[in-house]
Amino acid sequence: MPTRPAGTHRGTHRGTQRADDTGGADGSGPSPRGRRSTPYLLISPGLVVLGLLFVVPLGSLLVTSLKTGSFAEGFETAVRLRNYSDALSESWEPIKRSFVFALVATVAAGAIGYPLAYVIAFRGGRYKNVLLGLVVLPFFTSFLMRTLAWKTILSDSGSITSAFDRLHLLSLFEFLHLVPDGSDRLLQTNVSVIGGLTYNFLPFMVLPIYVSLEKIDRRLVEAARDLYSGAFRAFRTVVLPLSIPGVMAGSLLTFIPAAGDFVNAELLGGPQQTMVGNRIQSRFFEQVDYPAAASLSFVLMALILIGVLLYARLLGTEELTG
Amino acid sequence: MTDQPFHAAIPRLTAERLARRAFLRRSGLMLGGVAAAPWLLAACGDDDDAGSGSPASGSPSSASGTGTVAGTGTVAISNWPFYLDADDSGDPSKGQTIPGFEAATGYDVEYDELVNDNDEWFAKYSPDLEAGNPIGLDIAVLTTWMVERLIGLGYVEELEKANIPNVANLDPSHADVAWDPGRRFSLPWASGLGGIAYNPTKTGRDITSVNDLFDPAFAGHVTVLTEMRDTLGLTMLSLGIDVTTCTLADAQAAAAKLKTATDAGQFRRATGNDYVADLITGDTWLAVAWSGDIVSAQLENPDLVWIAPDEGTMLFTDTMFIPAGAANKAGAEAWMNYVYDPAISAQIFAYSQYQSPVVGVKEEITKLDPALASNPLIFPPADVQARTFTFRTLSAEEQTEFTTLFQDVIQA
Repeated sequence: MPTRPAGTHRGTHRGTQRADDTGGADGSGPSPRGRRSTPYLLISPGLVVLGLLFVVPLGSLLVTSLKTGSFAEGFETAVRLRNYSDALSESWEPIKRSFVFALVATVAAGAIGYPLAYVIAFRGGRYKNVLLGLVVLPFFTSFLMRTLAWKTILSDSGSITSAFDRLHLLSLFEFLHLVPDGSDRLLQTNVSVIGGLTYNFLPFMVLPIYVSLEKIDRRLVEAARDLYSGAFRAFRTVVLPLSIPGVMAGSLLTFIPAAGDFVNAELLGGPQQTMVGNRIQSRFFEQVDYPAAASLSFVLMALILIGVLLYARLLGTEELTG
Repeated sequence: MTDQPFHAAIPRLTAERLARRAFLRRSGLMLGGVAAAPWLLAACGDDDDAGSGSPASGSPSSASGTGTVAGTGTVAISNWPFYLDADDSGDPSKGQTIPGFEAATGYDVEYDELVNDNDEWFAKYSPDLEAGNPIGLDIAVLTTWMVERLIGLGYVEELEKANIPNVANLDPSHADVAWDPGRRFSLPWASGLGGIAYNPTKTGRDITSVNDLFDPAFAGHVTVLTEMRDTLGLTMLSLGIDVTTCTLADAQAAAAKLKTATDAGQFRRATGNDYVADLITGDTWLAVAWSGDIVSAQLENPDLVWIAPDEGTMLFTDTMFIPAGAANKAGAEAWMNYVYDPAISAQIFAYSQYQSPVVGVKEEITKLDPALASNPLIFPPADVQARTFTFRTLSAEEQTEFTTLFQDVIQA
């Protein structure tokens, strides 16, 4: 799990190379028919898994999202598009909040993760693996346990909250509407939920950035320095552009799960931190309103997809594949 | 001081894992349970050598005695956490009741405490029950309104009363309910009260009213339960609404009152049973709370108090039933019979401190510890009984309406 971002990235890279090789072989002479089908055979287990575990459930979710009726009368298959407009209008606040929280958490994770990845990649030396291990280490504990630990750390009577209070940071947060007016707490506020999201998804940001920084040919940086560019300029014109694919991948890996997360809001938030994930959860389990839960899930998926497409457009699609 | 929150984190971790899906019902205070066990043993005098001896020796002394079924096979029971006496590690299968039952009847018990939430249970098992597949349970314990729904859907086996002679000990107030006339399908396991728990050192004053939950002085330090019947019920009582006859309009009025408070940031969280952990750490000052839970919590934070508010308190009853297609129906009935023995019931409720539906428990519990006979949680005094209400029966359609209304006001 923890190595997935790095693994995926490398996998993609190798895949591209292999495709090029095949192309070369094709160019040099005709290859047996069986060989051309090899990539398809290799990809077929993946396609089957994707089909069974993604496409089929998605189809069933789509059917559910359009059903009519209620738990009491039973649900009937139909095409009730109102489920979607209801989902949007009833849960607009949590949807908006989810995207704002996820965006802030992604930016925060980037701000923390980039320097961290940079230091590990360029200054890590022989401690590189140890440092990377430390980034991944929290993953050895359950997601839930780590989030719960924050409840204790940020407890009202805890030292963090009182330190923030003494440093007048609570008043600053109050001014920024991150905690309620006259608040004496961090827990069950926007600060704790966004903080929890940032913390929980930070490794997903660090690892892809690290991989892209690690790949950079150091001679390019040396060349920039030889051509009289200062340290910052070398970073801005050479390192940063070359690491953008990592930032891109990291942002997506952070933003997407953060937008759909409900654990942080459930444990570290209060009623005013309700995110769309909590809404889906309560629609499904408490209200037993499967169509509402399903249509809300689709709305979330669609909004994330739109967001990702816009983001890809903004940075250029070639950056996505690096 | 510093190790207090850490110490308290342990029960919370356990509680919260269970609590992930909101709408939790029963206590999941691991440490509370662990801590409760030695205290229980102390209360039980020299019954430390738990074994099969003590319950068995208890049964002949009781008037009705236990059934004489010589059973074989396994009885799979699923219940809420901390509803059955357990050993020091919180394991009910090593308490007194389960070994006692196994020795007395010959059945093996497979007991789990996986029921967290009525709706969650329903979401998990209803597809199989609907398809007529056995769900692998011989007894499950859910709250009355859910059992009523299951009976209506035909998911429940009819009880063979001849196998449960101890049903004669059922408290007459439970004997006949409108949704299960003559108790053909279900028997109550335990009752409890939904009221208010608070920490007087934090609130700085005594709490007596539901309206104290809405006092702006406590903003951000109040939690409410995600269980609609408790939170919405208490709010209706505070508006002078009769919860035994309430209409959707009444529910809307109460929901509006809750919504105003939610929007003003009055409520810190809407929780399942993990509200107990927040009370222990002091982050929560007052909470909508279930009576027996606070007994566990007091072991860790002796300041905590549970009260039945002046406006009234909500009664809930968790109820045993045999899910359709159960493999060992006779074993399930033997279990029901066993726990309806007053001596056994006393043993269970001395531990859980909820209210037993069995007549004669008071006499038996006095033998265990005379102090328990005057415990207001196990035996609510007359004035509390007078203001105890049961949420009226809702049709499945109303259930959806009320729940949707309620869920959306406790989530901003």
